[in-house]
Amino acid sequence: MITLDKLGIDERAIIHQVKGDEAMRRRLFDLGFVPGENILCVLISPFRDPKAYKIRGNVIAIRNVDARGVVVEYEGD
Amino acid sequence: MKEIKVALVGTPNVGKSTIYNTLTKSHEHTGNWPGKTVGVSKGECVFEGVKYVFYDLPGTYSLISKSKEEVVATDFVLFEEFDVAVVVCDATSLEKGIGLALQTKEICRNVIVCINLIDEAKKKGISIDYKLLESRLECPVIQASARENIGLKELLKQIRESKESNYLDIDYGVLNPYIQEVQSSIKPVQLNPNWMALKILEKNQYYVNKFKSLGITYKEVRVPDSIDVNLEVTLKMLKKGKEILKGVIFYQTQEYDRKERKIDKILTSKIWGIPIMLAILFVTFYITIVGANYPSSFLFSFFASLEGPIASFLEALSLPNFLVSLIVDGAYKTLYWVVSVMLPPMLIFFPMFTFLEDLGVLPRIAFNMDRAFSKCQACGKQALTMCMGIGCNAVGVTGARIIDSKRERIIAILTNVFMPCNGKFPSLIAIITIFFVGLNKEYGSLLCAGILTIFLFLGILLTFLVSFILSKTILKGEASHFTLELPPYRMPKILDTIIYSVGDRALFVLGRAVSVALPAGIILWVIANVYIGGASILTYLVEFLNPVGVLLGLDGVILLALLLGFPANEIVIPIMLMGYLSTSTLIEMDNLNVLRDILVSNGWTMKTALCFITLFLYRFPCSTTLLTIYRETKSKFYTVLSVLIPLGIGVILCLIINGIF
Repeated sequence: MITLDKLGIDERAIIHQVKGDEAMRRRLFDLGFVPGENILCVLISPFRDPKAYKIRGNVIAIRNVDARGVVVEYEGD
Repeated sequence: MKEIKVALVGTPNVGKSTIYNTLTKSHEHTGNWPGKTVGVSKGECVFEGVKYVFYDLPGTYSLISKSKEEVVATDFVLFEEFDVAVVVCDATSLEKGIGLALQTKEICRNVIVCINLIDEAKKKGISIDYKLLESRLECPVIQASARENIGLKELLKQIRESKESNYLDIDYGVLNPYIQEVQSSIKPVQLNPNWMALKILEKNQYYVNKFKSLGITYKEVRVPDSIDVNLEVTLKMLKKGKEILKGVIFYQTQEYDRKERKIDKILTSKIWGIPIMLAILFVTFYITIVGANYPSSFLFSFFASLEGPIASFLEALSLPNFLVSLIVDGAYKTLYWVVSVMLPPMLIFFPMFTFLEDLGVLPRIAFNMDRAFSKCQACGKQALTMCMGIGCNAVGVTGARIIDSKRERIIAILTNVFMPCNGKFPSLIAIITIFFVGLNKEYGSLLCAGILTIFLFLGILLTFLVSFILSKTILKGEASHFTLELPPYRMPKILDTIIYSVGDRALFVLGRAVSVALPAGIILWVIANVYIGGASILTYLVEFLNPVGVLLGLDGVILLALLLGFPANEIVIPIMLMGYLSTSTLIEMDNLNVLRDILVSNGWTMKTALCFITLFLYRFPCSTTLLTIYRETKSKFYTVLSVLIPLGIGVILCLIINGIF
C-alpha cells in the first residue's frame, strides 16, 4: 500500500483511505476520491507537482502534499 | 402568461451555462474551465405561450460541501421559490453528475435530469441507455447538446409538464437509526426532514445555524466516534449512483480519450511543457503587434481627417474659439487617439485569448505553473489571471474570482499589474525599437517581440517575488488546497468566440477607456492652454517635477506624462511629446524617425529609455483597473496597496538603474 503521490505515470490503483483535514477530504470525496474507486495517474506537471489523476472519467489535478493523504493499493495486490 | 421558474444545477464544465445562454439568448461567457459562474444569473425566454425564468446556479460537484459556490447553489435549491430544478449532466462522464442529481432529488421534489454533450459522447463511442436511466432515477431524463441546439425544445416541454414527486430517500445504512431519531424530533417539519437530520449528524455548522435561525428545534443525537459520518454519506451516495448507472453506460472502447491524453502529455511534459506555453504566448503577442499596425494607422488618419470638418461645424455654430479648441484638440483628439491605439490590438488579442480559453488550454497552463505558485503559497490559477492581465489588467483582476481562497485571490489581484497590458504595448514597442533594436532593421519586429518577452519575464519574476513576500507578511497563511479539473479539449465555435470577445470584452474595455479619455482630454487641454504669468500650467508642472524626474533618470516631462497617463497607458507618450514640443495638443508618433529625433534632442539616452520603460511598466494600475480592484476587494487598504507596491518597485528600480549607469 502506498500514498497516491507515489503512484507513477500510467499506473492504476484502488483508493483505500482518504485522510486530511475535513474541508479537503470533503472536496476529494466530491471529486470522486473515495475508497474503492479506481484511479489512474495520467499526467505529471513539469515540476513533478501537481499530478493529474483520472477518476470517475474526470481528470483532476491535486498537489502532492494533498495526495499524500490518499492511501491507494495497486490493482490485484 | 403562465410563468415557470427553473433552477439550473450542474457540475462545473458540463455546458450548463451554454444551455442557459442558448435558451435565454444571453451572453454569459462559458470558458472551458471550471468556476466561471460564481453568482446566480437570471434570464427569461418564452416558448409556446409559457414564460420560463431560468436561474443559472454556480457549478458544483456536490450539494454537501461548504465552498462558496456550493452554499450558494444549495441555499437556492432549499430556500428560493422555483418550480423545477434541472440537473445538467455530462454524457461523457455521467458518473460525475449522477451524485449531484441524487443530492438534488434529496432536497427538491421536482427534478429533471438533462444529459448534455450527447454529440461529444457519441464521438467518443459512449452510448447510454436513457430509458433504463429514467426508470432508475424515477425522474424525466432529456438528451441534449446545447452547442448544437439539440434537445432544448424537449427540455422546455418537459419542464412545462413536470410534476412534483417525493423526496429521494437514500439508504444510509448504519446511519439510518440516528437519522430516524433526529428526523422524528424536528419541529416544525419543513424541507426534507431526513436530509435535515443528515446535516445535523454531519455537524454541518452552516446548516445547523440556519435551522436554528429558522426556529427549528430537534433532539441532539450523538453518533459514536467509530462511525465516520462524512465517509458513510459519501459511500452510500456513491453506491446508489453506481446502482443507478449499472448497465446504463456502454463504452465501445476503453481508450476513448487516448488522443486527449497524448496531447496532454506533450503540453505538460517536463521538457516541452513550459517552452510550448511560452511559444503560445509569444505567437499571440507577435500576431497582435504585427496585425494591429495597419488598422491602427488607418483608424488614426480616418479620425484625424474628421478634425477639420468638426471644427468648421462647431465654428459655424458660432462657438467661441477656445471652446472649439477644447472640444476638438482636447476631448476629440484624446478620444480618437485612445480608440485607434487600443481597439485594433484588442480586436486581435481578445479573440485569440478567448479561443485558447474555450479550447481548454488555460487549465493546462495553471497545471504546469502551479508548483511555482505553491512555493509562494499562492494558487496555480493565478497563472490564468496573469494571462488575462496581459489582455487587460481590469479583466485579470475580475478573473481572480476563480481562485477560491480569499488570501490567494488578493495576492493575484495585487500582483496583476506586473503583467503589462495591451495598452502598454504600442509605446513599449516604439521605445524598444528606437533605443534597443534600431530603426529599419531586418527582423526588427521579431527582435522587438523578443525583447518584449524579456520584459514580460521580468514581470513574471516580480509577480512571484511579490506574491512570496505578501504571503510571508501581510497576507500570511498556508497554501490552501488546490484541485483543478483538466476538462476535455473542445473545439470552440469560432463565430461565438469572436462575438463574445469583441462584444463583451473588447467593447467593454474600450467603453471604460473612452469614459476616462474624455475628461482626461479636457484636463490635458486646460493644462496645456491655460496660461498664468506668461507660461502654461504644463510648464509649471514640468519645472516642479523636474528634480524628482532627474533623480529617477528621467525628466519633468516624462514624469508628468506618466502621472497624467493614469486614465490610459496609451496616452503617455503623446502627452510627453506635447510637453517637449510645448504644443497645445497631443502629438502624433506614427513616424518613429521623428519620435527618435524629438526624444534624442531632449536628452534621451538608452538609460532614459530603460528608466522610462521601468517606470512605465511598474507605476500604478490605470484608473479602470484601480476601480475594478476596489470593486473586487471592497477594501481601501488593498486598493492603496495595489498602487504602492508597483510604484515602490518602479521607483527603486529607476534609482538603481540611474545609480549604476
